[in-house]
Amino acid sequence: MRPLRPLAEAGAVDQLGTRLAGLDTLEIPSLRRTPRFRRIVDAGWPKLVALAIALGAWELVVLSGWKPPWLLPSPATVFGELWREFAAGDLVAAVSVTLRRAAIGYALAVLVGGIIGVLVVRSKTLRAAVGSLITGLQTMPSIAWFPLAILLFQLSETAILFVVVLGAAPSIANGLISGVDHVPPLLLRAGRVLGAQGLAKYRHVILPAALPAAIAGLKQGWAFAWRSLMAGELLVLIPGQTSVGAQLQFSREFSDAPGLIAMMIVILVIGIVVDVVVFSTVERSIRARRGLVDGA
Amino acid sequence: MSAVIADGNRAVTSSPTTAPAIRLEGVTKVFGRGGDAVVALDGLDLTVDVGSFVCLVGASGCGKSTLLNIVAGLDAPTSGLVEIDGDRPTLIFQEAALFPWLTTAENVELALRLRGVPSRQRRETVADLLDLVHLSGFAGKRPHELSGGMRQRVALARALAQEARILLLDEPFGALDAITRDLLHEELERIWRDAGLTILFVTHNVREAVRLGQRVVLLSSRPGRAVAEFPVVIGGERRIESPEVSALAITIGQQLSEQVRRHAST
Repeated sequence: MRPLRPLAEAGAVDQLGTRLAGLDTLEIPSLRRTPRFRRIVDAGWPKLVALAIALGAWELVVLSGWKPPWLLPSPATVFGELWREFAAGDLVAAVSVTLRRAAIGYALAVLVGGIIGVLVVRSKTLRAAVGSLITGLQTMPSIAWFPLAILLFQLSETAILFVVVLGAAPSIANGLISGVDHVPPLLLRAGRVLGAQGLAKYRHVILPAALPAAIAGLKQGWAFAWRSLMAGELLVLIPGQTSVGAQLQFSREFSDAPGLIAMMIVILVIGIVVDVVVFSTVERSIRARRGLVDGA
Repeated sequence: MSAVIADGNRAVTSSPTTAPAIRLEGVTKVFGRGGDAVVALDGLDLTVDVGSFVCLVGASGCGKSTLLNIVAGLDAPTSGLVEIDGDRPTLIFQEAALFPWLTTAENVELALRLRGVPSRQRRETVADLLDLVHLSGFAGKRPHELSGGMRQRVALARALAQEARILLLDEPFGALDAITRDLLHEELERIWRDAGLTILFVTHNVREAVRLGQRVVLLSSRPGRAVAEFPVVIGGERRIESPEVSALAITIGQQLSEQVRRHAST
C-alpha cells in the first residue's frame, strides 16, 4: 500500500475539508450544560420537600394520639436519641461492625458471582446445567437460608456472611450473564472484522459492552446483600458483639421505641447512601459516556 | 481533483501483480436445509482487479450482505471458490459500528492495538488517520456526540488503520442525508486514490454506484447472481448530478426494475 498522504503535505487548499468542517459544526448538537450548583439545587429541593412532608405526617400521627408516645415517639425524640447514641459512641461501634461485615460479604459475593458468571458465559454445558438455577436462587428469600447457616456455622459471623454471599452472588452473576448475552451483534461483527479473537474479544468487545448490565447486577446484588445482612444480624446474635441489627433487637427487647426507630433510620440511610452515592453515580456516568441518557 | 476517474490503468500502477484482488467463481450460499432452504447466492462469478473500485447494485434479497460477509471471511460459502489476494479485507457496515465506550481516537487505536502495533507508533498513526478523514478536532469525542456522517468517517479511519488493501463497504452511506453523502463520496474517492485501495462497494442506490464505481455489477435477487456489468467511462470530475451519471444510472435502473418485476409474477 502506498503511504497515505497527510493533508498538510497535499499542498492544495483542501476545499473538501473545509466543507466537511462546516457540515460537522452544523451537525454537532450544541451541548448546553447546566451549571453544577444549579443542577444540585434542582435535584435537591424536591427531595427536601418530600422529607419534610414525611416528617410532618409522622409528627401529625404522633399528635393525633393514635399510639401512646412511648410506643410511637415523635421525630424530635428519635433524632435526639440518635444524637445521644452517636455522642456516646454506641452508634459508631455498631455501624462499623455492620459495615465491615457488609464490605467483606459483598466482596466475597462479587468474587463468587463474578467467577460463576464468567464460567456460565464461557460454557454452554454449564449454562444448561445451572443457568436457570441461578435465577431461581435469586428469588429465594435469603432469610430462609439462616436455619441451615446456623446449623452449619453456629451463631457466628461466618453464618451471616454465608447468607449474604448466597443472597447477593446470583444477582451479580446474572447481571454479567445477561450483559454478555445482549451484546449487540453488530459490535461482535465489528470486533471480528478488526480481528479480535479469544481473550482480546472478551477484553475489548464483550466485557466493555456488558458493563452497564454488569453494574446493574452489582447494584441489585448490593440491595440483596444489605437485606440479607440485616436479617442475619437480627437472627444471629453473637454474644458480646454489637451491630446495627443487634442494637435493633435489643431496643425491641427493652421496649426502647426511640432507639429502635433511630436504628431503622440508620439502616435506611446507609442503604440509600451506598445505592445513590456509589452505584447510581457509577451507572449514570457510564450511561452518559455512552450517550444512553439525555441531558447528562 | 480533475483526473480521469475510470482510467483502468490504476490496477497496473498501484500493484505489479496481475492476479485480481478478489476472485469469486460459482459462489453459492444456501441458508437452512430441506424445504425451508433459501438460496441467497447462486453460482456467482465476480472478479475485482487490484486497485479498482467496483460497485454492486441489486434490490433487496440479492444477497449483497451475504456476499460481503463471504469475501470478508466472516462466513463461508456453501460451494464455490473464493480467492483473496493478500490479507483479509476489511468491512464497513451501514451503521458505523463504533464501540460506544471508546472515544474517536480510541476506536481507531483499537484496530492498531489488535494488530500489535506498539503504543508510541499507535498515537502517531491515529493522529494521521483522523487528519486524513478531517476529524482531528474530534479525537476525544465519543460516538454518540458525532453525527452519522462523522461516525462513518471514524469507521473509515478505523478500517484504514487495519492496513487492509481491500475495503468492502456494505451500503455505508445509506442512512445519511444527501449533502453529507455527496461529501463522503468525494472523501472516499480521494482516499481510494491516495491509498491505492481496492474497493468493493455494495449499494441499492444506482446513482451512487455510477458516481463512485469504475465498474457497476448488477445482481439479481433470490437467488443472487451477477446478471450484467457496466463499465463507467466518464472523464473529468464526476458528480452525482452529472448528466452522464444520470444517463447510465437510468439504463442500469431499468434493468434493475426488470429484475424486481420478475418477482411479481412468481
